[in-house]
Amino acid sequence: MSSRLEVALALAYRQTTVLLKNPSFFVPPMLFPLMNFVAFAGGLSRLHQVPGFGFPDGYTAFVFVFVLLQSAAFGGVFTGFAIARDFERGFARRLLVSAPHRSGIIIGYGLAAFVRWSMIAAVLTVVALVGHMQIGGDGIDLFGLYGLAVIFNQVGLLWACGVAMRLRSVQAAPLMQTPVFLALFLAPVYVPRALLQGWIHSVAALNPLTYLLEAGRGLISGRPDEVVLAFGVALLLLAAFAVWARTGLSRAERAGA
Amino acid sequence: MIEMTHHVALISRRSLIRTARQPGTWIPPLTFPLILMAVNSNGLRAATHLPGFPTHSFLAFFMPFAFMQGALFASGIAGTDLARDIDTGFLNRLALTPVRGGALLMGQIGGAVGLGAVQAVLYLGAALAAGVHIDAGPGGAALILLFAIGTAAGFGSLGLWLALRTGSGEGVQSMFPLLFFLLLISSMNLPRNLIEVTWFRDLATINPVSYLIEALRSLVIEGWNAEALLLGFGCMLALMAVSMVLAARQLRLRMTRT
Repeated sequence: MSSRLEVALALAYRQTTVLLKNPSFFVPPMLFPLMNFVAFAGGLSRLHQVPGFGFPDGYTAFVFVFVLLQSAAFGGVFTGFAIARDFERGFARRLLVSAPHRSGIIIGYGLAAFVRWSMIAAVLTVVALVGHMQIGGDGIDLFGLYGLAVIFNQVGLLWACGVAMRLRSVQAAPLMQTPVFLALFLAPVYVPRALLQGWIHSVAALNPLTYLLEAGRGLISGRPDEVVLAFGVALLLLAAFAVWARTGLSRAERAGA
Repeated sequence: MIEMTHHVALISRRSLIRTARQPGTWIPPLTFPLILMAVNSNGLRAATHLPGFPTHSFLAFFMPFAFMQGALFASGIAGTDLARDIDTGFLNRLALTPVRGGALLMGQIGGAVGLGAVQAVLYLGAALAAGVHIDAGPGGAALILLFAIGTAAGFGSLGLWLALRTGSGEGVQSMFPLLFFLLLISSMNLPRNLIEVTWFRDLATINPVSYLIEALRSLVIEGWNAEALLLGFGCMLALMAVSMVLAARQLRLRMTRT
């Protein structure tokens, strides 16, 4: 166990150092959610006047939850790009040879994804507060919201990790991010689910991310709703993608990276 | 003049073939804007219930977004291809030939313009198939295509300038979020008079991308609106002219340096 943890901590330290020393790796993923937040909260705030909108804490808080979850998922996906880069440059091969417990590699990348996203989440939250975001929830509610986002961050990482370890090339980047992007935008992003019409309403009802988003919005407004269901869905996704990432690692091991 | 046209044609042909041979280059610009158009036009349909919203079809309102996003991809394609030419030394070898700088720049955006034309036809076809009615009629549809190709050429020229300035594909790509931000802070999602937040409305008003979008949108949902078209075409021509001048100046500097 201790050697697994050592591998994880050493790898997380290395990934974080590489990230901080290369602004080009760090800045775009930071800008992406901030730009979305500014564009949605600024440009679409009139939507809260649509009859039936019914979210009490204003459009900024409504859209903040989406952007927070989006940043969490992409924090994981961008770490997936780093994994692919490590395979391309041969670092992962040396890592597989030297690590006594290889599952520590996934844990290490997971920690790195968490550290990366924490910095983005902190900046995003400060920007939202500066933008007068109303928060109706108490400390426990917010802990729940950020807890949900942390799990989603790891789900994003495990998905991207599984892809990166199977394809072992940065060219797999679109495959890592496009499904996540689509899944996020097939949830009720701009208006509550009740206001969605047509096929997107049916798709949103089937999309597991809808439940995370709705629970998050309930938590930020201090009216928690279906939080257990959302955490259940998030943990189920976490378990499924942990298997996906672990089998990806096995593939990489068999391929000799 | 004839010689210059010949040079432009040759470099354009190379640029077009190079773009066509890289599916990774042309598949995202063709598919991604269509996917976003389908998703967002449904996700934001509730906005049509706002008092004063100009149309009942959010798809018709949102359609110009696809053209603008496609044009942004054009800047990346033209820029990345030129950056690769700089990196591989092709540009330096070309500098030893009688090819003029102007011909080189105009030729280099051939791939982006060609792809822009394919994109425009595809986006317009998809919108018509989804039931969008072009209020300005067939002439308006033709003008939409022309405008989209011109905008792709404008953003393509901007990509050339970025490539010549940074000298690297990574440098060009790193500017993409900034260009995309220009799209986000425009009137792409709501008409400017319905944007509630003052600072955002002000930014959208000074953002030329808003006028590019509104020119296309006017043809779809209003018919022939001279003011919107003049502003839109003016911005498009200014974008082309400014980008080309900047690129030409940067090309001279780069050639001097080498």
